[in-house]
Amino acid sequence: MAAPVFAFVLHKDGKADDTAPELAAAARLMRPDAQPVAIVTGADPGLDGVCQELAASYAEVWKFSGDVLAYPNAEIIRNLLLKILPKGCTLLLPHTTFGMDLGPGLAVKMDAAYVPDVTASDGVDGTTLKAVRQEFNGQVSTHLACDISQGAVISVRSGCFPAGASAPVGGKVIDKSTEIGELSARRRFVELLQAEVGDVDITKEDVLVSVGRGIGDKENLPVADDLAKAMGAVVSCSRPVVDAKWLEKSRQVGTSGKTVKPKVYLALGISGSFQHMGGLKGNPFIVAVNKNPKAPIFQMANVGVVADVLEFVPELTEKIKASK
Amino acid sequence: MEILVCVKRVPDSAENEIEVKPGGADIKRDDLVYSVNEWDNYAVEEAIQIVDRVGGSVTVATIGNEESEEVVRREMAMGAQNGLMLVDPAFEGSDGRGIAAVLAAAVKKGKYDLVLTGAQADDGAAQVGGMLAALLDWPYASLVNLIEVQDKKLRIGREIEGGNQEINEILLPCVLSIQTGINEPRYVGIRGIRKVASVEIPVKNASALGVDTAAVGQAGARVKRLDYFVPPAGAGAEMLEGSTEEITAKLIELLKAKGGLK
Amino acid sequence: MQPALLSPANATLIGLPAKIFFVLIPLVGVGVFAYIMKHRMAPLLKAAPDHRFNRYPERIRAVLKIWLAQWRHPRYLLAGVLHIIVFFGFLTLAARSTQLVILGFVDGFTLPGFGGGFGHVYNVLKDYAGTAVFVSAVFLAIRRTAFKPERYEVPERYGKDHTPEAVFVLGLICTLLVSESLFDASLVAAQAVQGQPTHFLSPLTLGWFFRHLLDGASQPALQGLHLAAYTIHDLTFFFFLCFLPMGKHFHVITSLFNVFFMRLDTGTVKPVRHGVEESRLDELKSFGVKKFEDFTWKHMLDFYSCADCGRCSDRCPANRVKRPLSPRFISIKARDWCFQRHPLWGRKPAESAALIGGIYSEDEIWSCTTCGACEQECPLGIEYIDKMVDLRRGMVDEGMVPQSLQKPLSALEKRGNPWGKMEKKRSDWVAGVGDGCRVKLFEKGETAETLYFVDSITSYDDRMQKIAQATARILCAAGVDFGVLGKDEKDSGHEVRRFGEEMLFQALKEHNTESIQAAAVKRIVTSDPHAYNALKKDYNQLPPVQHISELIVEAVGSGRLKLQAGSGDSKTYVYHDPCYLGRHNGLYDPPRRAIDDIPGLRRVEMVNDCRDRSFCCGGGGLMLFYEPEEEMRMGVVRVKMARKAGADAIVTACPFCLVNIEDAIKVAGLEGKMEAVDLSELIDRHIQR
Repeated sequence: MAAPVFAFVLHKDGKADDTAPELAAAARLMRPDAQPVAIVTGADPGLDGVCQELAASYAEVWKFSGDVLAYPNAEIIRNLLLKILPKGCTLLLPHTTFGMDLGPGLAVKMDAAYVPDVTASDGVDGTTLKAVRQEFNGQVSTHLACDISQGAVISVRSGCFPAGASAPVGGKVIDKSTEIGELSARRRFVELLQAEVGDVDITKEDVLVSVGRGIGDKENLPVADDLAKAMGAVVSCSRPVVDAKWLEKSRQVGTSGKTVKPKVYLALGISGSFQHMGGLKGNPFIVAVNKNPKAPIFQMANVGVVADVLEFVPELTEKIKASK
Repeated sequence: MEILVCVKRVPDSAENEIEVKPGGADIKRDDLVYSVNEWDNYAVEEAIQIVDRVGGSVTVATIGNEESEEVVRREMAMGAQNGLMLVDPAFEGSDGRGIAAVLAAAVKKGKYDLVLTGAQADDGAAQVGGMLAALLDWPYASLVNLIEVQDKKLRIGREIEGGNQEINEILLPCVLSIQTGINEPRYVGIRGIRKVASVEIPVKNASALGVDTAAVGQAGARVKRLDYFVPPAGAGAEMLEGSTEEITAKLIELLKAKGGLK
Repeated sequence: MQPALLSPANATLIGLPAKIFFVLIPLVGVGVFAYIMKHRMAPLLKAAPDHRFNRYPERIRAVLKIWLAQWRHPRYLLAGVLHIIVFFGFLTLAARSTQLVILGFVDGFTLPGFGGGFGHVYNVLKDYAGTAVFVSAVFLAIRRTAFKPERYEVPERYGKDHTPEAVFVLGLICTLLVSESLFDASLVAAQAVQGQPTHFLSPLTLGWFFRHLLDGASQPALQGLHLAAYTIHDLTFFFFLCFLPMGKHFHVITSLFNVFFMRLDTGTVKPVRHGVEESRLDELKSFGVKKFEDFTWKHMLDFYSCADCGRCSDRCPANRVKRPLSPRFISIKARDWCFQRHPLWGRKPAESAALIGGIYSEDEIWSCTTCGACEQECPLGIEYIDKMVDLRRGMVDEGMVPQSLQKPLSALEKRGNPWGKMEKKRSDWVAGVGDGCRVKLFEKGETAETLYFVDSITSYDDRMQKIAQATARILCAAGVDFGVLGKDEKDSGHEVRRFGEEMLFQALKEHNTESIQAAAVKRIVTSDPHAYNALKKDYNQLPPVQHISELIVEAVGSGRLKLQAGSGDSKTYVYHDPCYLGRHNGLYDPPRRAIDDIPGLRRVEMVNDCRDRSFCCGGGGLMLFYEPEEEMRMGVVRVKMARKAGADAIVTACPFCLVNIEDAIKVAGLEGKMEAVDLSELIDRHIQR
């Protein structure tokens, strides 16, 4: 096989993470000379199913099954990777809380370059990777260049490298569990505390009326409630609304909140930061209402209205009620 | 407990409109207002609270020039006992690893039990903490939103997807990167800053730290930023125009078609 | 002729000359009283300084008006009139009480000047006074126990009900009056029995009733009653005297002083520490009030003087919307805390605990909008605003600032406005003024006679910019040569100061003063009452400041500005007095005259809630950013008041009032049924051009 380019793939409940095919696509783009290899760790029986699933997009899937890997502890996994990765290789990670935990330290220990949170790439020019990332909370982008010949750990933002519809690769699954050996770390996973479940489960809803800072104040929430009621929808929100304690955390859509897959999503007074949009999956029909015509949400929405939420929404609610 | 908190002076992204200079070499900085990186501020507050509980002292350090001193002073006004400036022309243009190398040298020159950084800063790379830990060969945890001091170790919580919290135990000494919301930082007013206005803040350069200048700065950087730019606006949303009547009517039509009205 | 009864000075009590007791009782009474007073005075002597020994003519006037003439009492009519009766009753009876005490050991004593004709007149007066007080006291006791007026209620978190204390004191007062009357009545009855000429008892007074009740009583019984009444009066009198400094009746002693030393100016804020100039503030170790001993002596006297009447809390908008603030309990809690910390016997607790987190909570202190309704009502001249500001200074000094306020404060420091918007955009609103009206820009080096000080919200907020534009058009129409500072203007810092961030305020003040002086204008006009108050009261070395309403009235009066009726002016307007224009600066009439100058405009008043009884809209400046715990919004309460008055449009002359009221109209579900408009906008619409 040609040189490998690696991707560390996370999984949950026997299914590979949504980012897995995206990592494969990114890997092919950044290392066209190489074959993508998925690395999967775990301890549960579902691991095999995950590997089979990944074989559709990866040339090889390296499986590491062992009790010490039951929970993905970045400190332990770093030690494993240092054992099994060849020198000077390229490793892709999803830019998630796990990727952020693993990537920087791993890159240093591998003596490799670290390129975090890549949103686009022009591939490589010789051994120089050309990539794009954002700075200043997404207000600007930068072009960067990085020599990856001596090794690179690259983390990739989800939703930026679409998997593309290609025929299944039919990769090989290789069980490398015997190479795990002794793995220790000075950080030990204790337990996972679930976020409190509120009265409503927004992840199960088809239509969401979502409010952001533009709702102005807690007392204006009835404006959104009325619209939701008229539409048969449920109210959700972005992080600032939860931080200000206007709504419970269980209503938050975003990477640090819930992931939702509605059919229709109304974004009222939401600017459209990627942390928020990161919680919106599937391909919902997005309607954005915001008084700032330059709000990033208008890039991502299907339909947009430039208006003050507090003035426009009550009118909309009236009309919807009248049309019933 | 001796705690070192690494802070960075950054443009305040909430109070600034970031624009790119023609040519893209940098962003326009003339009208920018700077302050301490928000995540770093939470880290300093956390360190002060830990020291209030278990004793010890907090040192706030930054890499920069005379302009960066104001953030160190502000964090000292907040309650950090010591400040430390790491200044050398050789440090300029460093990438994340270079910054981490300088900080690692500073850590080695002191006797710290715990090093805190903010989870991320203005460039959103979220890398210095992890790199610093690896260079020091100390354990690391990122996005920490809870710290409990136990005997020679910490019980910590990490903020992960879905708003869940991952509880870990980590041995000291270690490096932690701190997530916003871990605490409520206290207010620092002009008066507080004036009180520490004449406190001496030691300054160390590359040779005082024993840093290999070839490994840091522009020359040592492996990731090179070529330019800043604003991506051309894509097709984006179909903007509805007209009177409110017209807009709401069109919107209702679309919502009905997409199954938005039940 | 022998007196009909043995006088107290000649009587015997338990085998000893009664005189002895009647000398001892006053001695002990006065001794105990002096001891108590010494302990009460002690904290004041070690308190922070307060410069009140000045402006004597004004102070005397205040005493005559507010203390003696009880000027503020009738604002709550029933309780007010009753108190006036009791107050004048006490004053009148003071001479009689003194005479009575001395009678105990100087037989037949009368005060100098009270013999002869004047004495007779006095006796008639004091009899009716005493009877009136008695009737009032009985009525007040019934009112307290049976009718329980709302403002006397004690919410659970503030402890036990105060009614028992109140009724107890009313009981003491009745005891004094009854015993004094019985003392007189028993003598007159005895005189009648013995056929001696009787002393005159004014008809239908207590004494008169008792005298008739005692008709036919035996000599020994009358003698016993006479002596007993005297003894009871003596004991009760001195007991009452010593009881006064133990609770809310301390005000009987302190009221005169509290009113004498009361605040003479409105809208001002006390310096961080009296005697320390602004330039030397950096030398102070601690800012503000953190523990009880940090209060000034006048503020401690305020706590002593609180009569627990509840009028302040009754008018307090924060209390009305159920924020955790009740001004009455700010005083009562502090008074009780002071009594605890400075006990009459026993050792003082060593450490002085912090007030915040102790008797006060952070939210309690941040909830105050500084509207001044409490200080306006208090018949004893108790101040609250300076205490709130001092407590906030203490919290800011300790870093205890709510997260919701930290961002705007940081923005004010960095950008000179609480939204963090860029300085160069401060005069962007000028572009929308319209042709034919030239707004000069001092930042560009232009000059003018008048400065229009816009301040932050009117400069940056989309909606409020319309006020700036309307004001500019009014100034142009009135032929005023004016300019604005643009990016050289920073926030006036009015709320910054009142929220305790004194040093940031000083920085803003310094900057603005420089900019204004550099513009070399002859006068300043503003459409923002907070800016008006700041420039007038907090700043110095500035040219005279006017509010736009004053200028409008002048211009219309002189004919420079002509107003015409508007088409479709079918609405009924009501004017809402902004706190910082009305109560704090007495500008009630200019805005009303300006509105009334518009021909054909219908205007009503919120009769019981206007002028100095105006109800705060919710607060301005930094208060817009604070997230209070409350059951409803102040603005909603106000909008409902306007509706009740029959209005469908509210005119106000403050951008913060406009924000809060427009918001409240939406929250109250009255959109389309109630409109809010700024005075400038209203006038601008009606200018004859």
